[in-house]
Amino acid sequence: MHHSARERTLWSIGLLIVLLFALIPVIWIISLSLKTPATVTDKSFIPTEFSLENYKGLFEGGINDSPFIRPLINSIVIAMITTFISIVLASLAAYAIARLRFPGRQLILAGALAVAMFPPISTVGPLFDMWRTLGLYDTYPGLIIPYLTFSLPLAIYTLVAFFREIPWDLEKAAQVDGATQFQAFRKVIVPLAAPGMFTAAILVFIFAWNDFLFAISLTSSDASRTVPAALAFFTGDSQFTQPTGNIAAAAVLVTIPIIIFVLIFQRRIVAGLTSGAVKG
Amino acid sequence: MSDRSKSERRLGWMLCAPAAIGMLLVTAYPIGYALVLSVQQVDLRFPNDGGFVGFDNYVAVLTSSLWWTDVFNTVFVTVITVSIELALGMAIALVMHRAIFGRGLVRTSVLIPYGIVTVVAAFSWQFAFAPDTGFINQLPLIADDKNWFGDRFSAFSVIIMAEVWKTTPFMALLLLAGLTTIDDGLYDAAKVDGASPWQRFVKITLPLMKPAILVALLFRTLDAFRIFDTIFIMTAGSQDTESVSILGYNQLISRLNLGLGSAVSVLIFIAVLGIALFFIKALGTRAPEGQS
Repeated sequence: MHHSARERTLWSIGLLIVLLFALIPVIWIISLSLKTPATVTDKSFIPTEFSLENYKGLFEGGINDSPFIRPLINSIVIAMITTFISIVLASLAAYAIARLRFPGRQLILAGALAVAMFPPISTVGPLFDMWRTLGLYDTYPGLIIPYLTFSLPLAIYTLVAFFREIPWDLEKAAQVDGATQFQAFRKVIVPLAAPGMFTAAILVFIFAWNDFLFAISLTSSDASRTVPAALAFFTGDSQFTQPTGNIAAAAVLVTIPIIIFVLIFQRRIVAGLTSGAVKG
Repeated sequence: MSDRSKSERRLGWMLCAPAAIGMLLVTAYPIGYALVLSVQQVDLRFPNDGGFVGFDNYVAVLTSSLWWTDVFNTVFVTVITVSIELALGMAIALVMHRAIFGRGLVRTSVLIPYGIVTVVAAFSWQFAFAPDTGFINQLPLIADDKNWFGDRFSAFSVIIMAEVWKTTPFMALLLLAGLTTIDDGLYDAAKVDGASPWQRFVKITLPLMKPAILVALLFRTLDAFRIFDTIFIMTAGSQDTESVSILGYNQLISRLNLGLGSAVSVLIFIAVLGIALFFIKALGTRAPEGQS
């Protein structure tokens, strides 16, 4: 299709606006994190003096006294365990829904949809009370369990959509060619299912990594507090200094890995995010 | 029933059971427990006072002006953010769909807000607008000392901007997926018949995208109605910017008043149920999960 110079100019301007809209808040927080403690309040968009002081502050005192290291470890471990369990459970269910005929398939899908719409705040009070009785308050399982519940619908819908596209007959074909059932599963089905499972895993990980409500409601110390919750409790070096620089540095550190991840796997993420919703 | 279909049924249930239990564990049981708590006096600061109080907690919540202020705030933020997102998301989706060049670049950049932790986004926007650290007040036409978080209207403006920034990508991607299902031949036929671009948008794009739009609106409305992170970080509810989720959190976790807090939780649950039913009715009998 041919495009006039005017169309190209208009399009370039639109592109630029979208880019600026998406990137300015990110560039701003990076810029803030690189300012020196003395210039953090200079209000300039680009730092006048660059320093890594704010990052150093996060790691000072080692694992016991640093306000950041423990929460970072908590965030990573909790998000990874959640992702693993969620994908295993969701894969079993999605396999059954995509391949087997049994009454109740629709019920599971409808239930997952209902859970996806459920307001988390409505469960915070009961969980707070139950977890204190059961000894789960301020522990890893205390966060992993609710994350599991609220990530399962996302994982199930993504995986069902992917599993429906798999040509399952290939499994039988491989068996006809002399492969054992296990070989057929491992060599044929696993490679076909892996991209979908990987996509679902990314979405679940981002969900668990992002949560704030459960993280501040069901934890009380660095024993299990994740980074988003820890950020809300950051304090300055003294009571007269604002922790702005340190918050910015911590914010950048928890953001960069996810952004790199999202950018590398963007096609899969887009496919995963839209898989359940569009076929309607 | 044949043995095969019987065993298939059993296998199906066995495979689904763990996920079903996982989903019920932290939804059905807690909401039942919240119902029980909501008709009792349960205040962890006064563990010895307690007992059944009937609907007293609900009466207390529904007659307090704070609850109704928070309901107004939540509905206000939800309606404004979702409307802006729909318009903006549709624009971005159309731009991506008809991309002349750089489609990948647009997709990459809209995914960045999606990947960012909500709390981090809230801090970034807060620091940008804060009078002591932010660059916004240094821009032309804006007073150098404007205290954005000092009054309700301006605080809400910043909260809404941050929310829109964070969640428009999701909306845009859902709408783009809907757009790609429309047959291009329809546009060509309309063009031949002399329809203007606006007519083509209103008469072809919008009607055919109705299901995709409703699904996107349903998920975003429910999500926006739960707004918590951004308000908690930016104002913690000061200047009358509290949302219902913040009210629930304050009652339950800060004041340890589980009875009153649970009444708030149950009321939020009922509101969300109402919104969901409304959209599902609007979608008609079409299930949004896409049965083939």
